[in-house]
Amino acid sequence: MADPRIIIIGAGPAGVRAAQTLVAAGLRPTVIDESPASGGQIYRRQPAMFRRSYETLYGFEARRAKALHDAFEALADRIDYRPDTLAWNIYGGALHAVRDGVTAELAYDALILATGATDRLLPIKGWTLPGCYSLGAAQIAVKAQACAIGGKVIFLGTGPLLYLVAYQYAKAGVEVAAVLDTSPTSRQVLALRHMASRPDVLAKGLYYRAQLTVRRIPVHGGVTPLEIEGGDGVTAVRFRDGGGVERRIACDAVGMGFHLRSETQLADLAHCEFVFDEALQQWAPEADPDGRTSIAGVYVAGDGARVLGADAAEISGRLAALAALGDLGLPAAADQMAGLRRQQQAMETFRRGLAEAFPWPGQLARDVGDDVLVCRCEAITAGDLRRACSDKGAPELNRAKAFVRVGMGRCQGRFCGSAAAEILAEARREELPAVGRLRGQAPVKPIPMATQRERA
Amino acid sequence: MASGGQSAPAAADVIVVGGGLMGASAAFFLRQRGRSVILLERGLVGQQASGVNFGNVRRQGRYLFQLPLANRAREIWGRLPELLGEDCEFNPAGHMRVFFKPELAAAGEAYARDALAYGLELELISGNALRARYPYLGPEVLLASLGPNDGHANPRLVAPAFGRAAARDGVRVEENTEVLAIEKVGTDFHVETRDRGAFRAPNLLVTAGAWSGALAARFGEPVPLVARGPQMGVTEPVPYRIGPSLGVSTPVEKETVYLRQVTRGNIVFGGGTRGEVDLEAIRAYVNPANTLNQMPELQRLVPGVGALRLIRTWSGIESYLPDDLPIIGASGKAPGLFYAFGFCGAGFQLGPGVGDVMAELIDTGATVTPIEPFDIRRFAATGAAA
Repeated sequence: MADPRIIIIGAGPAGVRAAQTLVAAGLRPTVIDESPASGGQIYRRQPAMFRRSYETLYGFEARRAKALHDAFEALADRIDYRPDTLAWNIYGGALHAVRDGVTAELAYDALILATGATDRLLPIKGWTLPGCYSLGAAQIAVKAQACAIGGKVIFLGTGPLLYLVAYQYAKAGVEVAAVLDTSPTSRQVLALRHMASRPDVLAKGLYYRAQLTVRRIPVHGGVTPLEIEGGDGVTAVRFRDGGGVERRIACDAVGMGFHLRSETQLADLAHCEFVFDEALQQWAPEADPDGRTSIAGVYVAGDGARVLGADAAEISGRLAALAALGDLGLPAAADQMAGLRRQQQAMETFRRGLAEAFPWPGQLARDVGDDVLVCRCEAITAGDLRRACSDKGAPELNRAKAFVRVGMGRCQGRFCGSAAAEILAEARREELPAVGRLRGQAPVKPIPMATQRERA
Repeated sequence: MASGGQSAPAAADVIVVGGGLMGASAAFFLRQRGRSVILLERGLVGQQASGVNFGNVRRQGRYLFQLPLANRAREIWGRLPELLGEDCEFNPAGHMRVFFKPELAAAGEAYARDALAYGLELELISGNALRARYPYLGPEVLLASLGPNDGHANPRLVAPAFGRAAARDGVRVEENTEVLAIEKVGTDFHVETRDRGAFRAPNLLVTAGAWSGALAARFGEPVPLVARGPQMGVTEPVPYRIGPSLGVSTPVEKETVYLRQVTRGNIVFGGGTRGEVDLEAIRAYVNPANTLNQMPELQRLVPGVGALRLIRTWSGIESYLPDDLPIIGASGKAPGLFYAFGFCGAGFQLGPGVGDVMAELIDTGATVTPIEPFDIRRFAATGAAA
């Protein structure tokens, strides 16, 4: 048999470790990545002329970041590496990937989707004002570009990233006006028993919080955001604190995010089955512990499969590569797989703890006013979406999309889908899974209408 | 919930099988004529070909003998707000066919002359006038034929709007109802469904699109129906500018692209080679090769499209017949049985007219609109090719 053609999508922690595992087995995988350099979001690199140290850039994670970057660079001449390249479609056992307006069709025997995650967002009155960013974007600005989203910033949402980014901004010398967490602190304390499964990670999380206290940055837990105020830009955030008292804190920028959501469009285009994850209240590609999906030859790894963080992503990338090797009839170290699966178990326990500590506040979307935009691409308000249900009887999300264009625009519901599902479920008085999920349609992200075919 | 076969079947004057645009509008117009109607739809109304097509409300380019039906439909398109309470984003901004080659342009001119006798007025535009009025058209366009009274609409809205209006008027609309078996018992058709009970009526209208072939064959009238998927796409929005829906008139398949700009700004397009469908799984796919083939052809039509980005593609399940004509009319075998399916990718504009004609035909036994060329008996000699 000729060498199997294996394609890995994504050069973050999962993709890099998958590539390394395959190279170690004597194969030459193709690695496709949207970024100009490897590392993914967490270990994203600064522009070429920037000179900050690993310690400055990645803090506690400096060693891991360097290890991952070095591991990938060591593969350089043993993989087909395609940076700045968007995997935009899957059809008939081939992947379509575009770079600089030129697209290539790449047939595969195995496909490892290590596509990562993006911010999970929900609408709040005023969230479309200039100066309001996603938490992930706020982090990229400071980490990669050494820029801040504002001079006086409020971080709003929930999840561990909220505290990390607030800490990174404070450390970079930006005034952090407040951290507003929708999760009550009491829940976070209760969830400590699960999170103790990864004491090192828990310790880091506690450190970031302690640093906010040291810097006298107000942290409010159990808040209900009421409005992001402003006109030409953000001027303040109004919220009800955990004790029910309404407050207003002035700021000139907001970074918001409610934990993360997996990037699953490619799995969808590969026709993978999806399952509803009760703990996270979101859909994910069905996968076994090694990352095998319902479609033979298609694997998922890292945060693109389950949001478990970077360390777990490295493990799952290795596991998916070993699973692919075994399924292709090549030697795959069984003992190594058993060890990796055991490590992954602790990650699962921790993930449950995180989901408990920082629950998705779906009720906020359900309660949002009729005049608030839900789908920014197509300018669809919560009221429009509710009318798709009340006037036109949309029983599920794709029908609502057909009627009012929610999730039909540039992002194809990647950023409004979670909230739209909550609003529709509320309008129909149904459980969240009953309203389904927005189907993925190519292209995964917009591509030029002037796209050319690669010359063979 | 009623379980199949136990209780007495629900009865009506007419059962319509298939809730696409044809079935939903036929149910609506039958009810307007005072008939009792049950509409059975396996999924949701307007979910298949009716909901995923391009949305062209176009008369020109059709066979001349189809124009009376198209004209009847066009009259209804103008009355949607009055009939349904909503306009379904019907934009009567015109439909324009363009020609790249002199011999094709000559055929376009001849068509415009002939269509006039059927009440379809077309304006032929070329040279400086064409460049002045439609500066966005590509340099290869020699002639444009504008049907100023046609236009485009949102296909996702129309069939569901007919379905809701029919239900409001008293049609029993049963969604998520899969038909398992149809028997003729005496003068009645008995329809058995999965988990939704049985239904009976002396008249049965089959408007089940690509799935109609099996039902027609069941009554001894096999037809060579082929299922294919349109290859649709849409760009990001830009300021509304284009107006008419545009199509290239050409015998070359890959050149047959069309586009329209919705008032929100996005440019919807389709055309060229059709894609594969899976009738069992009820899924249709866009072949990326087709999308990539459409891109340069769309830029020949409107070069400015090349500066935009594609944001989404989709397909659906349409059905085609070898003579490129639909099947509309009464069965040749079973009294009380009627068909309207196989619209060969050109049914959207006709839809409301077909519904109105079928209602008239079932209600009165005849229709004033000529539909003889679409009779299912034209396949009686050959039968199904497949």
